Amino acid sequence: MKCQQCSRPATFHITELTDNGVLELHLCQEHAAEYLVQAESASQPQPQSSFGGALAQHFQISQTGEELARLDEHACPICGITFYEFRQQGRLGCPHDYVAFAEELEPLLVSIHGDSRHVGKRPKKHTGSTGDRAMLIRLRRELQAAVEREAYEEASELRDRIRALEGTKREQGQSGEERP
Amino acid sequence: MNLEELAGRCGEWLRGGGPESDIVISSRIRLARNLADYPFVRRCPDSDREQIEQLVHSAIVAAPSMEGASYFRVDELDTLDRQFLVERQLISRELSEGTGPRAVAVDSREQFGVMVNEEDHLRIQVMHSGLDLDEAWQHINQIDDELEERLCYAFHEELGYLTACPTNVGTGMRVSVMLHLPALVMVRQIDRLFRSLQKINLAVRGLYGEGSSAMGDFYQISNQITLGRSEHELLEQVRQVVPAIIEYERRSRDALVRDSQRELHDRISRAYGILSTAHTISSEETMHLLSSVRMGVNLGLIEDIEIPTINKLFIHTQPAHLQKLRGTLLESADRNIERAQYLQENLKKPDPN
Ligand SMILES: [Zn+2]
Ligand SMILES: [Zn+2]
Repeated sequence: MKCQQCSRPATFHITELTDNGVLELHLCQEHAAEYLVQAESASQPQPQSSFGGALAQHFQISQTGEELARLDEHACPICGITFYEFRQQGRLGCPHDYVAFAEELEPLLVSIHGDSRHVGKRPKKHTGSTGDRAMLIRLRRELQAAVEREAYEEASELRDRIRALEGTKREQGQSGEERP
Repeated sequence: MNLEELAGRCGEWLRGGGPESDIVISSRIRLARNLADYPFVRRCPDSDREQIEQLVHSAIVAAPSMEGASYFRVDELDTLDRQFLVERQLISRELSEGTGPRAVAVDSREQFGVMVNEEDHLRIQVMHSGLDLDEAWQHINQIDDELEERLCYAFHEELGYLTACPTNVGTGMRVSVMLHLPALVMVRQIDRLFRSLQKINLAVRGLYGEGSSAMGDFYQISNQITLGRSEHELLEQVRQVVPAIIEYERRSRDALVRDSQRELHDRISRAYGILSTAHTISSEETMHLLSSVRMGVNLGLIEDIEIPTINKLFIHTQPAHLQKLRGTLLESADRNIERAQYLQENLKKPDPN
């Protein structure tokens, strides 16, 4: 095989993966070296931007300062995380945040995944992530706070409510029945 | 099974079998799952983490396909044992260095594992030798089904499995294939390959998740997107790109053999020579040289050494493994001496020329 840019034999066979498929180049040593040097200076290894960086950038571009300040105060009623904390840490506080921050998260999900709708596997028994189960998160958080305040009566009431909810959950889990 | 037993052997994924196993080391899949009734791990007080650990532990014990799995409370292990599990790729650095109740379940062949209280409540993983994505998917899907029967997963009708980081939501799945690409590194094509892969939404990481200058020329190619595509589409996306990379590496090897045979032989012989005669050697140098030797064996330039032996040496010469194998704590300088000795014992044979 001859070099694609001169008549010498092609000793370098370069495969490029592009959006449009595989691009093949057959070059002699000299032209390969030239090509590689060009390609290297054209696209220096970019520092792989962290998710945190992408997150910060995303919200700087799409919101004005005022809007962002208002967004930041928004808190999840279940776990208490604020949108500001999420932006700082890059991790959500609880499953309910996907509901509580649905509006704010949608454009972010689209920019990460190019999509905002799941099409894959589903649990066989439908669990639902809000309602009773999310309520348990909130009650346990209140219990923790009550214990810290030494509000023992309140704590014991909360314990009863948690146990009751956990009980119904366990029964459902054991029977394995599908919920409507 | 205890950690000492584990140290003496080798994971199934390192046995070096299967088609294209000179280049494809292993196929891995992980699923991120969370319980619906607890905050995500970072926001859990230790009391919650303890309850999650217990719930997941009972589910693992009851799941038929995980029968006989060993279970380790990572927070009760010392630093050396945690480091050992990281080197072994059974736990992540994040789980090793985390706080509070956390655990890992693993089978004796090291084909699957479940990390508890890492970034998500559950990180299920399956690792198979060679290019074996369909089997790996069936395996992990079964484990996931069995755990789901016993736990209450956080799932959203539109968004799928809910995860602490929005980058994992949806399928919660990362499919990855680990490749050994020494020739692409030698002909300086590896960065270009990375950039091409990034353009089609695939991520490239090293053996332990590090960036582009990977240890031992091992690279893991994996999907970045988790939402809006089915598990089968994600498997397909990774699978489709692998033959092109294998071909690319093979051509680079051919080109080296054809155009730079003397330099190639020299490099491989020197690497083998240093590894089999050194009296003290660092982990980095070992990985670097083993990579050349591995390619030399695959090209038939070195005989009498088996690929599984070399695969094993990559893992067994790392700091925590050496210390577990020798049964004693060693300072860095002493480790380098032990490592050289261990390599000599395992690479005994006459000069390759
Ligand atoms: Zn030319
Ligand atoms: Zn929340």
